[in-house]
Amino acid sequence: MTISLIPSDRKLKDESISPEDQNKRIKGSILVKRGFAHMQKHGVIMDVTNVEQAQIAEDSGAVAVMVLDKLPFDVRKAGGVARTAGVKIIQDIMDAVSIPIMAKCRIGHISEAQMLETCGVDMIDESEVLTPADEVNHVWKWDFTTPFVNGAKNLGEALRRVEEGSSMIRTKGEPGTGNVAEAVNHIKILNREVRSVRSAYIDNDNQELIRLSREFKVSLELVNEVGRLGRIPVVNFAAGGITTPSDASFLMRLGCDGVFVGSGIFKSEDPALRARAIVLATTFYDDSKVLLEAQKMVDEKNSLLGLDTKNLDLRMQERGPQI
Amino acid sequence: MNKSITIGILSIQGDVEENVSAVQQSMDELNIEGNVIPIKDMSKIDMLDGLVIPGGESTVIGTLLFLDESQKEILRNKILNGLPVLGTCAGLIFLSKRAYDKRLGDTKQHLLELLDVTVERNAFGRQYESFENQLSVPAIGDDLFKGVFIRGPVITETGNDVEVLCRLEEKIVAVQQKNILATSFHPELADDYRFHKKLIELCLSYNESKSM
Repeated sequence: MTISLIPSDRKLKDESISPEDQNKRIKGSILVKRGFAHMQKHGVIMDVTNVEQAQIAEDSGAVAVMVLDKLPFDVRKAGGVARTAGVKIIQDIMDAVSIPIMAKCRIGHISEAQMLETCGVDMIDESEVLTPADEVNHVWKWDFTTPFVNGAKNLGEALRRVEEGSSMIRTKGEPGTGNVAEAVNHIKILNREVRSVRSAYIDNDNQELIRLSREFKVSLELVNEVGRLGRIPVVNFAAGGITTPSDASFLMRLGCDGVFVGSGIFKSEDPALRARAIVLATTFYDDSKVLLEAQKMVDEKNSLLGLDTKNLDLRMQERGPQI
Repeated sequence: MNKSITIGILSIQGDVEENVSAVQQSMDELNIEGNVIPIKDMSKIDMLDGLVIPGGESTVIGTLLFLDESQKEILRNKILNGLPVLGTCAGLIFLSKRAYDKRLGDTKQHLLELLDVTVERNAFGRQYESFENQLSVPAIGDDLFKGVFIRGPVITETGNDVEVLCRLEEKIVAVQQKNILATSFHPELADDYRFHKKLIELCLSYNESKSM
């Protein structure tokens, strides 16, 4: 088994599904939900706001599209409250492309999440790009049949989301800035923390492992699983500020399993070429020749100019529940 | 017989690592020496005794592999000339002659057009409808096999050379056409390596015939 099943399925425990019941289709199990995330690996998931963008994304080789009302860059510009995308746009995109469709719900907003599940999106992103609806609690994601992806700045945050039932993690970065520095920072912090768990696990240092579990505010079981695997137990993508093919390759080299691109593509002046170039740079991230070719496909003059992450009015990575 | 075999995993996109580990595990259990190598282009194709096309998005795998038309011909010829291949989910779609989607019609995607079947993509529905189900597959033994279907396709038409290995509620979900094995589900996620072992058996005889 190459998909971790830790922590065990909180939902199935309450339902009496016996393995002997051979003809029963088991939907929404941890294997089916995490399995979906595993199928996205080495791929690029692109933010889109209409049918035309979704078709460009599919044609250029996106593995899935994320439907939003406004791209993160425009969320910053517009201010006010950012909410989930309109149902009609989501349904129109479902009728136009064959790849999976994801959509964002506000942090903690159980009804937006429920609505997206009923609408039939393939994965729900409980996202800090939208204005958090609950400052204390995230959604209890085990209750859902549709898998969730959540953002994280460090290992503790990633594991807390996994413990709540998230099937996939992405870095938070600073969306809509065109600056990849925060995403790099987040994956490096997570990698460093995974290494410390791994070395405690190899040394059989149980006292250190339980100290780490208290520090991360998650179960010892989950910390032990990270130690055993040497990575988090779900797929881990990069997100937040990716703008060029080199950005995508850089984050893949830091150990990410794939890439989300938000404003970077459809806020540039050359979206179709750039989308294809970022897809190539993600698949062939370790092949310097292909990377050069991919980078040649985009003109830096067409990149999203971006924002300095040090002087932002809104730091999206810091909003929502702190635990 | 103490020869070593080499199996490639097409590593454009999808669950590559899960297939690497499933093949390695199968080799260990069968006590066979061999290498598993991820391949992103056709430069090492002549080294291979077998190939796995993993799960993922069939449109992405097709688009990226066919940027260079010569890659397509190299791979097609190799499989036509007997290279054993296992395609799971996206791999099945990519190997097939025709693919369509109930909602969108003909998906006009790049296909290898080697496996003489018509495939309906996302035939069980979107991710909400994805499921696990025990399957009966006599060709790999009496024990049931755990089928993990993730936005899985089904086979709606088969040609004369295609042997049906498994049906789920009358729908065809696993087939073999000589050296090509293909499943709608993900055997690499089942913790049961009988499909990968079946591929290795094909690889062993292919390796034999190569050296003759």
